[in-house]
Formats: sequence, structure tokens, C-alpha cells
Amino acid sequence: MNDLLSVEHVTRIFALGGLLGRGQFAAVDDVSFSLKSAHPEIFAIIGESGSGKTTLARMVLNTLAPSKGLIRFLGDDISRFRGRRDRLQFMQKVQPIFQNPYEAFNPLKRVDRYLFASAYYFMERRSRDAREAAADEALRKVGLSLAEVKGRFPHELSGGQLQRASIARALISSPALIVADEPVSMVDASLRMSIVNLFKTLRDELKVSIIYITHDLATAYYISDRVLIMQKGKVVETGPARQVLSDPQRPYTILLRESILSPDDVDKAQPGVAARKDKRFANE
Amino acid sequence: MLRVFRDLFRYNREFAIGTILVLIVLSLAVASFFSPYPPQDSYVVPPDVPPCWAYPLGTNSRGQDVFWQLTVAMRNSLLFGIAVAFLSRIISLVIGLVSGYAGGVVDRVLMSINDTFVVLPLFPILTLFYFMMHDHMSWTLLALAMASLGWPYDARLIRSVALSLRNREFTTQSVFSGMSTSQILLGEHLPYALPIVISTTINNINWSIGLEVTLSVIGFTNIETPTIGTMIYWANQHTAMVAGIWWWVLAPVATVIMAFIGLFLLSVSINEFIDPRSRLARMGA
Amino acid sequence: MDTALTVRSLRAYYLTRYFGITREVRAVDDITLSVMRKEIYGIAGESSCGKSTFIKTIAAAVRPPLRVLGGSIKYSFLDRDLYDLNEKALADMRWKHLSCILQGSMNVLNPVRRVRESFKDFAFPHLGLARREFFDVVNQHLGRLHLSPSVLSAFPHELSGGMRQRVAIALATVCRPEFIIADEPTTALDVVVQKDVLALILETQREIGSSMVFVTHDLTVHANISNRLGIMYAGRLVEEGPTGDILHDPIHPYTRHLVASLPRIGDLTPKKALSGAPPSLADPPSGCRFHPRCPLAMDICRQANPELTPLASGRRVACYAVGPLVKPAADSAAAPQATQADKSAAFLQ
Repeated sequence: MNDLLSVEHVTRIFALGGLLGRGQFAAVDDVSFSLKSAHPEIFAIIGESGSGKTTLARMVLNTLAPSKGLIRFLGDDISRFRGRRDRLQFMQKVQPIFQNPYEAFNPLKRVDRYLFASAYYFMERRSRDAREAAADEALRKVGLSLAEVKGRFPHELSGGQLQRASIARALISSPALIVADEPVSMVDASLRMSIVNLFKTLRDELKVSIIYITHDLATAYYISDRVLIMQKGKVVETGPARQVLSDPQRPYTILLRESILSPDDVDKAQPGVAARKDKRFANE
Repeated sequence: MLRVFRDLFRYNREFAIGTILVLIVLSLAVASFFSPYPPQDSYVVPPDVPPCWAYPLGTNSRGQDVFWQLTVAMRNSLLFGIAVAFLSRIISLVIGLVSGYAGGVVDRVLMSINDTFVVLPLFPILTLFYFMMHDHMSWTLLALAMASLGWPYDARLIRSVALSLRNREFTTQSVFSGMSTSQILLGEHLPYALPIVISTTINNINWSIGLEVTLSVIGFTNIETPTIGTMIYWANQHTAMVAGIWWWVLAPVATVIMAFIGLFLLSVSINEFIDPRSRLARMGA
Repeated sequence: MDTALTVRSLRAYYLTRYFGITREVRAVDDITLSVMRKEIYGIAGESSCGKSTFIKTIAAAVRPPLRVLGGSIKYSFLDRDLYDLNEKALADMRWKHLSCILQGSMNVLNPVRRVRESFKDFAFPHLGLARREFFDVVNQHLGRLHLSPSVLSAFPHELSGGMRQRVAIALATVCRPEFIIADEPTTALDVVVQKDVLALILETQREIGSSMVFVTHDLTVHANISNRLGIMYAGRLVEEGPTGDILHDPIHPYTRHLVASLPRIGDLTPKKALSGAPPSLADPPSGCRFHPRCPLAMDICRQANPELTPLASGRRVACYAVGPLVKPAADSAAAPQATQADKSAAFLQ
């Protein structure tokens, strides 16, 4: 049985500078992990900015090619997918969700356009009614309905609704894997949990595996099965979520864990000042 | 659509003035179809008569009614300008959008071609063209020549719009919705490029009419066809300014200036209206 | 006087007229609050609740289409209302008595000039020192913030995000202002850097003894920095009180929901979400603006807007269901609406 996704020693190098003094840096450096097809899971990739997590996501989605290493999806090397038909087949099974719900939709176009296009291309629904039915079905899975979304422009919906519409669009093709890049960081706190809960439903009821990329350890702890911690392009630690986050082994993971703010800190006499004295925070 | 037009007319002064001027010019052009004299004929009326009731803009030294000549001239110049603008728009849109979206080698090759055309000196080339073509020179040929020289600036502008749109997340979402490249370019990106397209079209019309006038005044086009430029050419041939036949020169010059200003005002006001930022503000984003 | 800032009945709307379409966005709708000396007053709320507009009004950074339609803003270091000052007085006051720490440090530091130039532009005119003494003061100040003097000769893009934000804090505090306004200063930062920067802000504020208004949507950040907290919803304040009290015992239904949906490490209990979405400020619901999403909504909530009422413990709540409010008479609710409409109409003549 093939792995659903197998990332093998993937490295991505970017060139810096102009004609003189060209430098290089590795945004992603020898990262490997794999997701099994047998049972769907939520796999969290945790890292700060500059850790390479977004670059890794783009490589998994096949919008960026690795400089070294290989990514396999269901056994096939995805860099071989060049022609339109191959790419459509791949996209049908692997879908993205973006960080900024307002940027994910063209502000001048209506939101249902992307839902109908997905239904048209991935489900071969040619007639208008069939497309609307497919869109409505997907929207209901995320707690919305076509009536709420039809004919609306992005600015007429809230961040939470837009993000859920994005998820519905990704679900139309019945994908096996969803790559979500910081899906709730730009959504308001009060709407955040509904989307995080939705991911749980996607895994449990619709059997979709999710790569959940975030810098927020609290939500990662709440829903993921396994985590991968990245720093400056390298893998720092990986393993089952509860284990890594409750009992971190590596210094960087320990640092991340201790940097989390908690609402209970309000009871401390001088919140945050204790951190000042800790030398680890002095430089970066 | 009509409501948009009415709103623009009421609230935007540039649009109102521009529309009025362009309507005047257009009605002149349309009036040309009712001209009682065949446009290319000469000596159909007494020559050198100053403006009066019978001949509102007077007559010229070739014995033609200046008013009716003007209507035909304006029509021909306008048609020419529109044809050139239309043709070169297509070229610059295609090259700009494809180059900006595709990137990489395609972009570099197209932009090298683009920049080569930018530095070509227009006037000497068109003059050379005239000398080569001479007797086979026709308006169609001239329009084609100018269209193939007038696209590079605007292609770069459109390319910059396409470049900025390529990295936006809704482009990736469009790709993952299965849309083809042409669907993305036309459906998603074109609305952002439209303000540039419209304003450059109108500017291009102005530019091509201007170039046509320049070439005609020197006599490098088919001078039998009445256009604004050829009217001025004939006026110069008959030394109208010295002979005191001022109405022959004033009429085409004043009309073409009115056309330029009107088109310019229209392009500025339409541009502001179509600009995505102002559209979003009106929609309430 | 013990208050650093007193805001009374502040109203600021965005009034736009585009091709015949008039829109009135009621971003700040009747806000009354006070900030004590040396206190950090936090403002929490979702996006588009009006908190950024509130910041603009108290920083005197109001520009069309935003207009202040009513109310008063008084700082302790000014002898008159903020909007009664002329341009020159405002310029003198800015940075020396009132400064800002904004969300993106790149919004503050000029990207094409060295950091040193930003210090010269912002702070030099106010300190009235000779050049060499000025830079001595700046270096000392940077040292207190654990920044090396070499940052002065760097360009902003050469520094990391966290360093830049610390430079922005240094810039805002070098003149030791009495009042600092912070608008989401740690939102775009990584988790590790965020804790550090918060600690820095706290330490600097304590050392200078200034008062602060700290705006962020993140309640866990408020838990770590604000002394008192004001919760904004749709342009209005719905609850106010000491941070600890609000987090342990929220009263208003909206606050209760916000506090309940905070995820904590080690806590796997399922969180419930609030239905509906924040209202549009151009067309807000009648009466209490929260009523469409409120589990405790009653008829009165649809008709009249509850006033922010003080409770015994020093807290204030605006709610008919859980607060101590008595239902008002029907006509007193109608009167405030009329003056609002008149003012907007007068502007648009």
C-alpha cells in the first residue's frame, strides 16, 4: 500500500543578490516525513516565520519544485505532472486553503465563481443545476449554504464565512489531502474555533488528511495527531502531538512551549517580565 | 449601464465635458454621410469665400466647402485612429498578459522583443516606409504599420499588472479550481488591467491621429483622401495663411484639438471609474 | 489629577459620497472611557469593531472620509480638548507627550533610510538638544532596551522582525511621553519574539511611568499586559473592568463567549463557536448591536441600546439581560438617533 504523501529529503535553495555577490540560502533543508493512506490524520507543521513551512507547503502542492529530493503522492513523483490533464488529476486529490480569506478570493468577482468552476472541472458537472447542487452540498458540509453565499462578493462576508467557503471549495473534488497554510491566523478569535472544529470533522467524517501549518501551538495541540517542528528550514522534532507538546525533548521545542502566552498568566504578579531575565530571549 | 453613464455624467465634471466634446466631434463625423458634394471633388463651389450663411465655414482655394470637407476629414481621421488603437491594443494585451503571467524564459524573450520595438524611432521608419511603398501606399497599410509600432509601452504596463496579480492568492485558488490559463487571464486578471487598457486605447487614438496629421501635413500619405492632416497639407500648398484664407486652417486645427481634449478627459474619468480601488470603494468594501 | 485621558461620548464615522452613493460607517459610536495615570488600558475586539478607528481619533490622526462628529477627548497634559488644538500645537505635542507603537514596524521606519534618520526625524525636534547630546541620549535609551547602538546605522530590512519592533518601541519612548498608544504591536510577530517584545513594552512603560492604551484582539496578550480591559463590539464598548476579573468572571454574553473560546495547551475540551458574524458598521442592527447573535436576547434588546452602566466592583457592562439596567422609556431611545442623522446630513449638504 503506497503512502498518501511521501516527502523524501527535500531541499529548496533560493538565490540572493544580483549580478555581483550572489548568495544562497536553504529555505527548506533536508526535510522528510510521510502520511499514510490507511487512516486520515491531521499533521501539524509548526514553525515561526522564516522556518520554511510555507515553502514546504508550496512544494507539496506542486507550485514550486524542490532543488533536491523527491515528493511522492500515492507513489508517483509529483514533479512529473506537467501536462494539464496530469495536473488536474493531482489537484483533484490535493487542495490548498490559504491564510488570508480576503486575499483568497478576487475582490472584484463573486465568491460562488470558484465553487462552480471546481464543480465544472473536477466533477464534470456541466449543467448549471448540477454545479449549484455540488456547491450547495459542499457548503453544507462546512455549515454554510448556497443561499448565503450565492451572488456575494468577498467583502460582503466575514472572514470566518469566507474561510469556510474556501474549505467548501476545496472539498468539492473530494480530495484525499488538504494543505492548510495558517488557516485561522487571520480569522477573528470568536470564529476561530468553529473552523478548527471543522477540520476535526473533515478528518473523522470525510476521511480527509490535513496538513495544518501554523505557528499557534494551542490550536495545534487541540486538533493534530502528529506534529513536525521546523526551524530555519530544518526539522527539529517530530512525533505524536500530545507527546511532543507536553514533553518536548529538543531545546527549540522547549523554547516554543515556554513562549506560549496563557490567559492564566493574568494572575502572575509581573507577567512577561520573568522572560526578560532569561538569556535565551536576548538574541535571535 | 445607462444608470452608470448618467451617474458619471452628473457627478464627474471631466466626464461631462469630455462627453460633450466627443459628441460634437462624432456628430461632425456622422454628418459627413450627408455631404452634398463628393468629398474628393474640387471646384464645386466658388473658391475663397469667407464664412457666411451659405457656407458656414467658408470655402477653400480648391473650391470646396470647408464645413463638409471637415466632416469627412474628421470621420476619416477618427476611423484611422480607432483602427490603429484597436489593433495595437490586441497585441499589447496578449503580450503583456502572457508575459506577466508566464514569467521565466517566455517573459524574457517577449520583453526583449518589446524593448527592441520601444527604441525604434517611429518617424524615420514611417518616412522610410512611405518612400518604399510610394504608389502602393494606402491607409490600411499605414494603419497596420503604426499598429505594429505602437504597442510596446502599453504591453509593459499591462505586464506589470499581470506580474502583481500572479502572486496573489486568488490566482492560486483559481488554478486549484481547475481554471485554464486563458480563463484566469481573461476572467480574473483582465478587470485589473482594464483601466490601463482603456486609458491607453484613448491615448493611442490621440497618438495615431497626431502621427497621421504629422505625416499628412508633410505629404507622406495619400493626399487625395480628405483627413485633418491632408486638409492642412492642402492649405499649406495654397499658402492659405499668407493669402488670408484663415478659416481653412482654423477649422481642422480647432476640431482636432477639440477631439484630443475630449478624448483625454474621457479617458481620465473612465479610468478613475473603472479603477479597482474606486470600484471596491463604491461597492462598499 | 489621576486620569491621563478622558474620552466622553466620542462619535466618529466614515462618511463617503461616491458617484451619488452615500455611506455612513459608524465605526466609533458613543464611547466613554478614562485611562488612569501609569495604567495600561487594553481594548479588545474583533476585526472591524472600530478599535483601529478609535486609535486614530485619540491620536488626532483623523482624515477624511473619517470625521469626528461629536464628543470630547482630553489628555492630562493638554489644557483643552484635543480637537481644539491648531496644527502647530498638535505637532509640538506629538511624540513628546503622545506617541504610538504600531502594528508593522515597517509602517514606522522609513525603508530607504537608516534607523538613525528615523530617530532624527521623529525625536530630534522635540528634545531640543545639540546633535551629539541627542545621540548620547538615544544610545543610553537603546541600552536600556537591550539594543546595541549599531542598530542605528542599519537599514530596517537588515534587522529581523523582532529587532525592528524593538527599535520602533525605542523610537516611541525616547522622548519619554506621558501617553503611548499601541495598536496590535505584537500581532505579526512570532511566538518567541512576541513574549519578549511584550516584556519590553511592559518594562519600558513602568520605567517611564507613562499611561498606555493597548489594542489587540488577542485576549491572552491582554492577560499578560493590560491592567484594565475594555471590550468593543461594533463600535461600542460592551464591558470594562480589571483584566483578571474579566477573564475569570466575564459578565456580558459576548465577553463570556470570547473567554470561553480561548484555547489553552493541555485543554482538549471541545470549544463552541458563536453563530453569525460581526455586523456591518454601515448598517448595524437596531438597539443592542449584539442581539442577533446573543443567546440571551430579549425584545427590549432589539429596540433600545443598553448604556454602559457601572457595577459595584468598578466594572461597567452594557446589557439588559445580565447587567443591572432598567428598561428605558421608548421616547428617550428615539432622541439620540435624530441628532446622529442630523449631524451626518449637515456634513453632506
